[in-house]
Amino acid sequence: MGKRDLAFALLIAAGAILLVRTIALPPPRMTDLVAQSSPATESNGPATVWTEDVRTSAAAVDAAFERAWHAAGVEPVAQIDPLTFARRLSLALAGTVPALEEIRRFEALPAEQRKPAMVATLLSDRRVDDYLAERLARMMVGVEQGPFFVYRRRRFVAWLSDQLRAGQPYDVLVREVIATEGLWTDRPATNFVTVAIRQDQGNDLDETVLASRVARAFLGVRIDCAQCHDHPFAPWKQRDFHALAAYFGITQTTSFSGIRDQRGQYRYDDRARGESVAIVPRVPFAPELEPETGRRRERLAAWLTHRDNRAFARATVNRVWAWMFGQALIEPVDDLPVNDSAAVPETLEILANDFRDHGFDFKRLIRVIAATRVYQLDSRVASIGDDLPALVAAGAAFPVTPLRAEQVAGALLQAGSLRTLDGDSPLVIQFARLVGLQEFTQRFGDDGEDELAFRPQTIPQRLLLLNGKQVQEKTKSDPLNAVSRVALLAPDDRRAIEIVYLTVLSRRPTPEESAFGVEMLSQRAGNTREEVLGDLFVGLFNSTEFLCQH
Amino acid sequence: MSAPIASSDFASVSRRRWLGAAAGSFGSAWLERVAQALASQDAADAPRAAAADAVILVWLQGGPSQLETFDPHPGTHIAAGTKAIDTRAAGVRLAAGYERLAEQMHAVAVVRSLVGKEGDHERATYVAKTGYLPDPVTVHPSIGAICCHQLPADGTEIPRHVSILPASWPARGGYLGAQYDAFKMGDPRDGVPDVRPFVGEPRVARRFAALEFAERQFAQGRAGVIEPLATQAATAAAKTLMASPQLAAFDLADEPRETQQLYGETPLGRGCLAARRLVEAGVRCVEVTLGGWDSHANNHEIHRELAEQLDPALAGLLADLAARGALERTLVVCAGEFGRTPKVNALGGRDHWPHGFTALVAGGGLRAGLAIGETDPEGSKQVADPHSMADLHATLFAALGIDRQREIVSPAQRPIKLSEGTPIAELLPG
Repeated sequence: MGKRDLAFALLIAAGAILLVRTIALPPPRMTDLVAQSSPATESNGPATVWTEDVRTSAAAVDAAFERAWHAAGVEPVAQIDPLTFARRLSLALAGTVPALEEIRRFEALPAEQRKPAMVATLLSDRRVDDYLAERLARMMVGVEQGPFFVYRRRRFVAWLSDQLRAGQPYDVLVREVIATEGLWTDRPATNFVTVAIRQDQGNDLDETVLASRVARAFLGVRIDCAQCHDHPFAPWKQRDFHALAAYFGITQTTSFSGIRDQRGQYRYDDRARGESVAIVPRVPFAPELEPETGRRRERLAAWLTHRDNRAFARATVNRVWAWMFGQALIEPVDDLPVNDSAAVPETLEILANDFRDHGFDFKRLIRVIAATRVYQLDSRVASIGDDLPALVAAGAAFPVTPLRAEQVAGALLQAGSLRTLDGDSPLVIQFARLVGLQEFTQRFGDDGEDELAFRPQTIPQRLLLLNGKQVQEKTKSDPLNAVSRVALLAPDDRRAIEIVYLTVLSRRPTPEESAFGVEMLSQRAGNTREEVLGDLFVGLFNSTEFLCQH
Repeated sequence: MSAPIASSDFASVSRRRWLGAAAGSFGSAWLERVAQALASQDAADAPRAAAADAVILVWLQGGPSQLETFDPHPGTHIAAGTKAIDTRAAGVRLAAGYERLAEQMHAVAVVRSLVGKEGDHERATYVAKTGYLPDPVTVHPSIGAICCHQLPADGTEIPRHVSILPASWPARGGYLGAQYDAFKMGDPRDGVPDVRPFVGEPRVARRFAALEFAERQFAQGRAGVIEPLATQAATAAAKTLMASPQLAAFDLADEPRETQQLYGETPLGRGCLAARRLVEAGVRCVEVTLGGWDSHANNHEIHRELAEQLDPALAGLLADLAARGALERTLVVCAGEFGRTPKVNALGGRDHWPHGFTALVAGGGLRAGLAIGETDPEGSKQVADPHSMADLHATLFAALGIDRQREIVSPAQRPIKLSEGTPIAELLPG
């Protein structure tokens, strides 16, 4: 069955379900949602999230920040409330904002349990594994969309998600990615290598692509700067780069046995000398950590993930930090100092050691960062006179950073609906979410593997959010949209405005905002309540507050 | 507003950022003026004595066969039966199917000796649009982004870099930033995307009122960190654009029927006509894409069908620009990412061939009516007078009065020249 046929069949099925749902099945518990009561929560115990040992690690990070604040003579800003925390974490780990349902469930808990409960809920949510797998895939294999590669990549992302779900230590995961042999269908980890197959060159592997990805994704260094010539500002020489590429230089692909390491030698074109040069594999630094036996890729993988190879843990921590804070401890995220430990911030060093000493446990690293005081700092100052940019630079306030395209899309889809969009949603919603996500992110502008760079907003993005189809779909009168449900179910205007704010901005309106919204609703001369609420939704969807992590 | 004149782009970029940060509290109309003053200051750094100030790229995505388009070798075995026709440029022949274009060839230069290293669509497209090899560290800006960055804005309210009917890899701003990405739109018949609201004026006004209120709320206690996000500037610019009379440039309804027929009533024809209107309205670069050239099978048939769209659209564009006296200030380039193999494969197709392919260049004061370089009639990789895509970029920059040697410091802190190519001397005027 072709892709189009499948899409068509899905569309028909989706339409049928939609029809049945809309006509026959009033959504369960929606009145509960809008009223203050909450369904009982099945808490998986905050105690298991912020254990003594996680708190100790977080405290070490905080102590380092406190020393830095003291040295810089700055006072950190206030702490955020649990709802802001929930939004922050949900965007970072699931690429969307919390659903109203989640907020209600969350608020039913005692105040001191809310933050850890949010961490626990997210880290056990399949959506989060999928989302983080996609982030890792971008770092490891980029976003190429060639005709064959689409399937390989999908396979690779699904495999990464399963690894995260199973709590696979990150060093083990990376070793598999780099060194696995076999068929891409049967051993999905090989798709790190299959990405570099160049169909236009007789299925030859482009080992320079692999070398550059290994250096950037796993070591946080840009040895690839030296691919064509010795680099004037970096310690890397052209030979360093090609010696790293040589680890992949004898890897071949065959349709029968898939990715295999063969015998032979690797040659590269030395442009300066204008000739082809044979080169043996050599790691760019810390050669004493490389084992003497094993296949080339196995040796590279063992060296890379060796517990004394500090670059590996640092690069990983720096990137996870960037996912959670919207900016890395060292920018850009893949250009860390290697031979100069003095240039590495103390915080990064503490977290890297902690990550290593706890078995490269990926989710634990996220739990530790979420538990720090610095992650829970506000993004604004209390008094006008304070120099916020200076505070952010000193880590004494949380940075305000633009959401990425897929986060905006995810937040838009979730905020346009009161119900949680996740793996348990009906097929029609899942389908709409997928189609809507892809189209929207493409129009918004997807930065691909360079997604952690800071990007100011562009005019086409603004037009898309003001006048685009997806925003129109999400804010028009429709029984599945939040707009219609709020209009129908909220007992009064003040309550309606409160639900809009909770749904879109994950917080309650201030008295001023509440008054502004109620006033809007009262002045609706000739318009329906739904239209006015729809306009408020569109206004908020375009706001800096909605479009940023803060 | 007098701004200090910077001697390097890095300084001017950071100055712009600083001004952006300082301007947040005054509303962005003021900022627009400052940005324009700065843009003209930047341009004033290099006095312009150039004829051209806009580029139209007719982009043939997929790799057109040089042998069935602009570099025929009639009567050889590699032609596989393709015939050639004479043109108004003495000694320059085109493949049969380009009879309309033949009438305009006195105004066109044919560069037949382009060579590249990339045989992959995406990578070769990158090379063609940026003049640089793909680089894992840096995304280079396309030529249109550089034109917008280097040439003055002159009060243009519509996007100054436009991609009509974009294929897989529309032009990017690269290290200059996403604000230099091409503004993408489909067939001009369907209008500009997202500028017309779904709702009436009173509701639009209410949406903006709700937005402005929300912005004021969020700005409290966040001075200094809001401004670099440029959300307010984007809102102001979008509002300006939605109400701009310059949007009429996108609307072909104003064009006489015979003009529309001159270009051919196809998406490409309408795209080329819109491109002419846009450069007249101050747009710096328009790329119009015609895809489908990847003829691994049935090469001749595919090329015959595509020529039916390309011939009138390109010929119409050149004739119309010339008639309006605008060809002198507009560069027209027609190229794809590579050529196709001289050898026809078992499916009657031709495969990828970066070892000798063709681009057309016209207008902008460059020399015309001639051919540069030659490919081998036997089909070997031997090319007389070879040039790279970077050389083509350097030639265009010369015509635009943009200093190709100028270095811009990328976000990775590397100084990168606008082009590392060498202009093709035979095309430069003088």
